[in-house]
Amino acid sequence: MERNELKTKILALLERNARISTKEIAERLACEEALIAALIDELEKSHVIMGYSAIVSDLANSSEVLAIIEVEVQPERDTGFDKIAERLGKFPEVRSVYLVSGRYDLRLEVVGSSLQEIASFVAAKLSCQNGVKSTATYFMLKKYKEAGITLNGGGEENERLKIVP
Amino acid sequence: MNASRSCRSWVAPHIAALPRSGIRDFFELVNAMDDVVSLGIGEPDFVTPWHIREAAIYALDKGVTHYTSNLGDIRLRKAICRYVKERFGGDYDPKGECIVTVGVSEGLDILLRAVLSPGDEVLYPSPSYVSYGPTIQMCHAEPVPVETRAEHDFVVQVSDLEAKTTPKTRVLLLNYPNNPTGATLTAADKAALADFAIRHDLLVVSDEIYEELSYVDRSPSIASLPGMKERTVLLNGFSKAFAMTGFRIAYACSTNDIIEAMMKVHQYSIMCASSMVQAAALEALQNGAAGRDEMLEEYRQRRNVIVKRLNDMGLNCFMPNGAFYVFPCIRSTGLDSMTFAKRLLQEQHVAVVPGTAFGACGEGFVRCSYASSIADIETAMDRIETFIASLRKG
Repeated sequence: MERNELKTKILALLERNARISTKEIAERLACEEALIAALIDELEKSHVIMGYSAIVSDLANSSEVLAIIEVEVQPERDTGFDKIAERLGKFPEVRSVYLVSGRYDLRLEVVGSSLQEIASFVAAKLSCQNGVKSTATYFMLKKYKEAGITLNGGGEENERLKIVP
Repeated sequence: MNASRSCRSWVAPHIAALPRSGIRDFFELVNAMDDVVSLGIGEPDFVTPWHIREAAIYALDKGVTHYTSNLGDIRLRKAICRYVKERFGGDYDPKGECIVTVGVSEGLDILLRAVLSPGDEVLYPSPSYVSYGPTIQMCHAEPVPVETRAEHDFVVQVSDLEAKTTPKTRVLLLNYPNNPTGATLTAADKAALADFAIRHDLLVVSDEIYEELSYVDRSPSIASLPGMKERTVLLNGFSKAFAMTGFRIAYACSTNDIIEAMMKVHQYSIMCASSMVQAAALEALQNGAAGRDEMLEEYRQRRNVIVKRLNDMGLNCFMPNGAFYVFPCIRSTGLDSMTFAKRLLQEQHVAVVPGTAFGACGEGFVRCSYASSIADIETAMDRIETFIASLRKG
């Protein structure tokens, strides 16, 4: 298999399960473990893989509050949306920043330990940034699906007979 | 009334003579156990992709609850003929050369009933899917299994077919990619088989239910080779490619003559395939490619894992290019297939299917399905390794 094709397959496996072992990847793709390790190393060094994280359900008992904030901004000459997007991303409360098409410009995911904490972040930090024209904040109430995983299994049974000819 | 009369059997002799499925007893054993890891399951572990299920639900919402044409909804037949042409090769007219059936099992049944007369002989490679012999016998015809061997990666050899051909031979029934061996045909194999069928003026029935689960570049169906359309029936369906086993939906493509004859049997016995299921099948053909390919990639990776592990522990098997089965040889353990399967189940709680369930020449082999999660496959392999080590010690 070609290196780029292998990399695509490795990424697909890691995106589904970041804890998969290099041994299992090697067995699945029928190649040497050392080659897989080297390719993952390349992917990490070239920042294609930026990190590994767990997908945690509401059962984790965390008191974390999550909000989606739509931000309308004034783009700048030469840099467009990039500079302000990067600046907003510097706040540790901001977990993700996307430039989106549609009614507003930037979509932020913000975490805090309480509603008040996020409210004060919006009022005191976000809204008053140069170039921010307006914001709309949506607090997340319950999580059903994340990263392609339905959190309670979607209530599906998927039962099979134990032997089928 | 005398006693012998009161216990007479009402069962027709040719049905009474049918063997009980070879794995029935084994199935009862497996079912009685709780913590079995089963590699004995011949159906996808994936639940049907949601968009296909949703299409069935939507069809019910809209009131698609009536009979369709006996041949099947014309929109579905058009989609099938397009799909067949694009994926397998072969030009069929949706109006009269295609019929929608309730699984390939029904397709095979109505086809054999449409073409076989009592005493006709049907050649098919063995080991084979369990229904072939009985379905032929139910037509009062003669099943003629033709042994295939590990040395040929279980591809049927024309010389072996020749040896079993008689003036009564009427049909050659093929199933590649194969259940239970995972064998596939190359373009050259198909050409040789087509030549054989033409020379002996046989009808070829090509059960290609596993064709979409092919791990190498595929060659066009035997049905599409020169001179073959008029003597071939292509059977395929949705169960394996789109993980739709419980939907029971499939199709047959052939000449108008044969499809008309199949339609007669189908119309008097089934009427038509279920209408909301036909809607789901149409959705699968129109929008199912991505889901199908994703499942194929997962099967391919599992195959790599299971084949390596089996060979590493000395249970030799070739790298199968199709379906989701491996058929390792267990002769090195000194056990026969049934004993191996029973002891593996009792001692390590792993279920595999003894090769003999698929015909006498399956002796010395077991079928392992990799339509199970990688975690289950790894657990099963660990346990089989322990089992084999215990045999060597004992």
